[in-house]
This record gives sequence, C-alpha cells and structure tokens, in this order.
Amino acid sequence: MQLIVESLFNGIAIGSVLLVAALGLAIVFGLMGVINLAHGELMMIGAYSTYVTQLIFKLPAFQQFYNSYIIVSLGVAFLVSAVVGIVLESLIIKRLYGNPLETLLATWGVSLILQQFVRSVPLAYGTGLIISLIIGLGLPIILPKNLFVSHQSKFFRLGIWSISVVFGLLTANGLSSAISKLGRSSSRNVDVTAPSWMRGGIEFWDITFPVTRLVIIVITIISVIAVSWFLNRSIWGMRIRAVTQNRSMSECLGISTKKVDILTFAIGSGLAGVAGVAVSLLGSVGPNVGANYIVGCFMVVVLGGVGNLLGTIIASFGIGIMTDLIGAGRLLEIWPEMPSSIASTVNFFATTSMARVLVFALIVVFLQFKPAGLFPQKGRMVEG
Amino acid sequence: MKKTFKITGWVSWLVWVGIIALIIAAPSFLPVFRLNLLGRYLSLAIAALGVDLIWGFTGLLSLGQGIFFSLGGYCIAMFLQLNTSSDLPNRIPEFFSLYGIQSLPFFWEPFKSPLFTIFSIFIIPSLVAGFLGFLVFRNRIKGVYFSILTQAALLVFFNFFNGQQKLINGTNGLKTDVTQLFGQIVGSDSMQRYFFWITAILVILSWLFTRWLVRDRFGDILIGIRDDEARVRFTGYNPTLFKTIVFSIAGGLAGISGALYTVQSGIVSPQFMTVPFSIEMVIWVAVGGRGTLLGAILGAVTINYAKSLVSEALPASWMFIQGGMFILVVTALPEGVLGWLQGSGPRNLLSRLGISRTLPTYPDLEARESKGVNSQ
Repeated sequence: MQLIVESLFNGIAIGSVLLVAALGLAIVFGLMGVINLAHGELMMIGAYSTYVTQLIFKLPAFQQFYNSYIIVSLGVAFLVSAVVGIVLESLIIKRLYGNPLETLLATWGVSLILQQFVRSVPLAYGTGLIISLIIGLGLPIILPKNLFVSHQSKFFRLGIWSISVVFGLLTANGLSSAISKLGRSSSRNVDVTAPSWMRGGIEFWDITFPVTRLVIIVITIISVIAVSWFLNRSIWGMRIRAVTQNRSMSECLGISTKKVDILTFAIGSGLAGVAGVAVSLLGSVGPNVGANYIVGCFMVVVLGGVGNLLGTIIASFGIGIMTDLIGAGRLLEIWPEMPSSIASTVNFFATTSMARVLVFALIVVFLQFKPAGLFPQKGRMVEG
Repeated sequence: MKKTFKITGWVSWLVWVGIIALIIAAPSFLPVFRLNLLGRYLSLAIAALGVDLIWGFTGLLSLGQGIFFSLGGYCIAMFLQLNTSSDLPNRIPEFFSLYGIQSLPFFWEPFKSPLFTIFSIFIIPSLVAGFLGFLVFRNRIKGVYFSILTQAALLVFFNFFNGQQKLINGTNGLKTDVTQLFGQIVGSDSMQRYFFWITAILVILSWLFTRWLVRDRFGDILIGIRDDEARVRFTGYNPTLFKTIVFSIAGGLAGISGALYTVQSGIVSPQFMTVPFSIEMVIWVAVGGRGTLLGAILGAVTINYAKSLVSEALPASWMFIQGGMFILVVTALPEGVLGWLQGSGPRNLLSRLGISRTLPTYPDLEARESKGVNSQ
C-alpha cells in the first residue's frame, strides 16, 4: 500500500511538471494551430527570471521578504514570458497563421536565437530589455486612449519608447553593478536555491513527501483551475473560443481577432514561464533546460487530443505515472514474485532513458487505435 | 505556369564535363582537411535530397531523418569494427571487453559480410522508415502530427542507442577512423580521397535517381498528395502506399548519406540522432529551395560550409545566423534561393528597382485572377 502511494505520488509529481509545461502548449497548439517549438525556450526564460528574482531578493533591501520570492517569481515569470511571446507573435507568428509546418520551422529558429541570446548576453541586459519592452507595451494600455488618436500620437509613441529605453538601460546598469553575477555573460548553468521552508519534506504514513514537489503540484493545480476558469467563464475566454470555432464569423460580430491572437499566444507563453519556475526548482537552469521538455510536452498534447484540457491532464498524469513505474523499476517492488522472464524485460527498461523509449513506443501504439488522441475533436470533415 | 531555365545541347555536356573534371581534380588542389570537409558535406547532400523528396514534393515534414542517417552509419561502422577485430581476443571489437562481454551480440553477426553491409546501408534504414511510415500513414496521421511523431521516434532511437553500452557502445559511439579496410587505415589520406570520389559519384547518382522519380507520374502523385491529399484519394489513388514508398526511399538515401558521413568523419554516435541535427536537414532544403533537387544539394553543401567557416571565425554567432535563416526562409523566402531564382523573383526585384518594366503576360494575369478568386 505504502509502495503504491509512493509511486503514485512520484508519478503525479512527474506528471504535474509535464502538465504545467504542456498547458501553454495545449492552448497555443489547440486553439491557434501554432506549433511553438520555442515553448521550451519560453520555459527557460521563466526559469532564468526566477533566478534573477531570487538574486534581487537577496539584496539587503529585500532580504526580509526572501522566503516569499518564489510566489513573486511566479508572477514575474508569467509576465516576462508573456511579453516575449507577444513580441514573437507580432513579429513572426502573425504572418504564418494557417501554416503549422512553417510556424514549426520559424519557432525553431527563434528557439536557437533565444538559447544563444542567454549564452552571450549578460542577464542584466536581458532584464533591461524585458523591462523596456514591458514599459513600452504596457504604457499605451494604461494611458488614456484619446492620446493616441490625435495627430500628435506619433510623438507620444516616440516618447513612450524613449522612456522605456531609458528605464531599460537604467535597470541593466543598476543590476549589473549591484549584482556582479548578472553583469557577465556565461553559458554555465545557474542554480535556483529554494527558500528554507521548501527544503525537506512532510512525513505522512511513513512516507516523505518533498515540499518542492508538493509546491509544484500546487502550482499546477492553480494554473489548471485558472486556465479553465479563464477559457470557460471569462469574456475574453469566450472570445478566444469563438475565434477558434469560426474566425471570420467572430470578426463579423465585432471581436478583434488580432487582439485575441495576441492574448492567446501571450497566455500560452506566460504559462510556459510558470512552468519554468517549476522546472527551476527541480534542477539547475541552463540554456537547454526547456529543450528537454518540449518533445514530452508535444506527446502529452497529441495523446490527450488537441484542444482538450481534460485530455491534456489525463495524458500528462498517465505519462508521468507510467514513466515512474517503468523507469524506477517499481513494478518489481510491487510484484516481487514476477516470473523471471518478465522480470528481465522489466529490468531492461528500468532506467529513465529506457522508460522514455518504452513510454513513447506505447504512445505510438496507442495512436494506432485512437489516431486523434484520447478525446478527439468531433467533426464531419474529410480531414477529420 | 512557371518559367524554368533549361540548359540544353552542348551546354549541358560542357557543364557535366566541368563538374566531373572538378571532382577528379579536387584532391589535387584542396588540402586534405578541406577535401574531407567537402566530402562530408556532399554526403549530407544525399540526405538533403531525401528530405526534399518527402518534404518539398510530398509535403511530409519529417523531423526524424537522423534515425535513418545514423542507422546507415552504424551499419558501416559495425562492419569496419568487425573487419578490424579478427586478431583481437574473442574476435570481437575492443570496446566489448570494457563491459565484460565475451561473445558477439546476435545482430552483429551478419555485418561480418561486406556484401550484406553494402546492401544493409540503404535497405535497413528504408525498411525501418517504411515500417514507421506505414504505421503513421495508415491512420491518416499527417501534417504536424507526423512531424511530432517522427521527432518522438527520433528521441526513442536516441535514448535506445545512447543507453545500450553493452550492445553498441552507447553514448561513445563506434569509431571508424582507426579501423581497416583493404589493409589500409580508414582515416588515412588516400582512403579519404577515395571516399570523396565515391561520395561525389553517389551524390550525382542519387540526384539522377530522385530526378527520375519526380519527373514522371510518380512525381505528379507526390505533388498531388502535397497539394490536396483528399482529392488524390478520391481520384482513386492510395496515398498511404505512395507516402510509405517515398518515405522509405528518403530513409534509404539518409542511410547512404550517414554511412558516407561516418567513414569521413571517423565516428558514428547517438549525437547524429539529436533533435537539432534532424531539423538542420530541413533548413538545408528550405534555403536551397524546396521542390528543386539541385537546391537541396547546393543548400546542404553551402550551409554546412558556411557553418564551418563561421564557427571557425565567430563561434557564438552561428546560432544567431542559423536561427535567423529559419525565420527568414519561412517569412520572406518560402521557395528558397533556387526557387526564387527560377520563379518570378529576379524579374520582380528588377521591376521594383525600376530597371525593367513589368509586362502583364497572359499566364501572369491568369495567376493573379485565380489568386483573387481563391482569397474570397
């Protein structure tokens, strides 16, 4: 019994990382039909912004709040990744709607650039760039609208962007002088240290549940609830669903599809940032941290059925539990008197990489029977 | 209607003679290091031809060509390892003793025969590709789902080859440069020269082969599948069959390419099965011009040569350039360089610069009209 609970917990922990990472992908892929191979790099940006937040909270001025930095960094990571996502959407993806294969190639290019950017540009300057983007994109929303309809709007825009550039440069210089770690570029991995309350574990039924894993599960639950509330209950969620169902009809009814596209992509990217916070708690953060998750995330989305939140949830927990059962060799622990012929096979797959092999192979076999995933979209089209 | 420039008559003979003379003479004026690099990139061009066949003509974007590439590489590496280990203890390659293996794993046995190896280089990858392709195409999985599944398959193979130390030396890979063939060291200069010539000849042969494939009705069906698969099916053709065939041909080409690349780079390792390498193959074709076979060859050779030059000079900037290339080629240059040259690209550029006037010709008017109708 204890064994089963422990392996279930481990499986759920693995699955919840996958789920929070795949959630944003499910939105971007399921609702917009965009294959975002840069999703892993958006996660990486989230992880790095956690690292930067942590270093800022170590400064004497913020020292007393250090224990709560992880909660702040959730918001920061969401915002930062969302801003990067907005820039990505309005520069590149916007031109490629309806061409999923092209988006795949373009976003792969973006992911290469982002990886190299993190390697060769000091984090302080990256932060400065993000700050100036946030100010430059955010001020027009806050300021009264009629400033931008007059004939002087050009000057206002120019002013806003120059303010944002100044702020960005100030932040970059301030950060690089205050925290020397951020002033240098390096391709070495960095470590996010969890605050003291997250170390150790909670004992329950003689099983230790590590607190970091519990926190990740909580983050996942909150994100899933927030996303499903947003999509199903809020007005913008309704607009997003409407545009997904019938773009031209929604446009006729007065929904700004441009805004919907940007918003959807921003939310998907922001969720990648949140996933980055979760990932940064599990291990060290490097330029390649997101790339390790991307294929697994796509498998979750394909297995669950595109555009289906419930399918995504079930698929990620299924994959998580399977990976843990096979990879940690728990089948043998649970059922010790297994015939030796089966036992040798189980042992053969009892490493993390071989477990991946088997799980992916099982998914391909599964897709033979249900090609459109667990919960296929219903339709009468030939293309189905 | 697409305007294509044609080289006919004695000009084409002249071009061929020039190419062959260049190939024969290349070892005499290129240093061995550069010759070896050029040979490697030419071998990659064969894989690029396969990618062009399945992506440029059939519209299947495979992100798993690395599987077949490495399978070909492993086939020849296993043969070379066995060929060299006849005087070693147990008559098995050296690395087995590190893991305490006494006897040869069963699947190594057939690679003692050179004849089997030569056929296996393209037959094993194409069989694997055909099997994988059949499983996927049978269920009408296509488009991005196909791409994602091939990527997952790539990861499966990578993890398998990476993890099996005792069967195929795992993450270390199999070395070929110190093995022997016909009594000579494979990594030696004279052998590398022969491999360069073999590669160049095989590039030409595979180009002729793929051109023969796409020229006739087979090629028409491939293009039909790319443009509207449902219509092809309703016309009475079975797209699954054609897709499986073309995917396995591309797999076989990737296998040949991998074998040639392995003997010239001196090692085959699971690194050939990483995700970036397989996507890179796509960018060679995309930049060269998808749907143009020459474009695939030129793209593969040029981009790789540029990569080695840029990486020598400014190591950090190659990723930026490569990433920029991906973005540029899908947003601004979807037909690739050669496709742009062959299409109306240069004429449009000239007329935009004011050098030549645009002449409204009949096919152009027709194209514009049908575009207008389609966008309604």
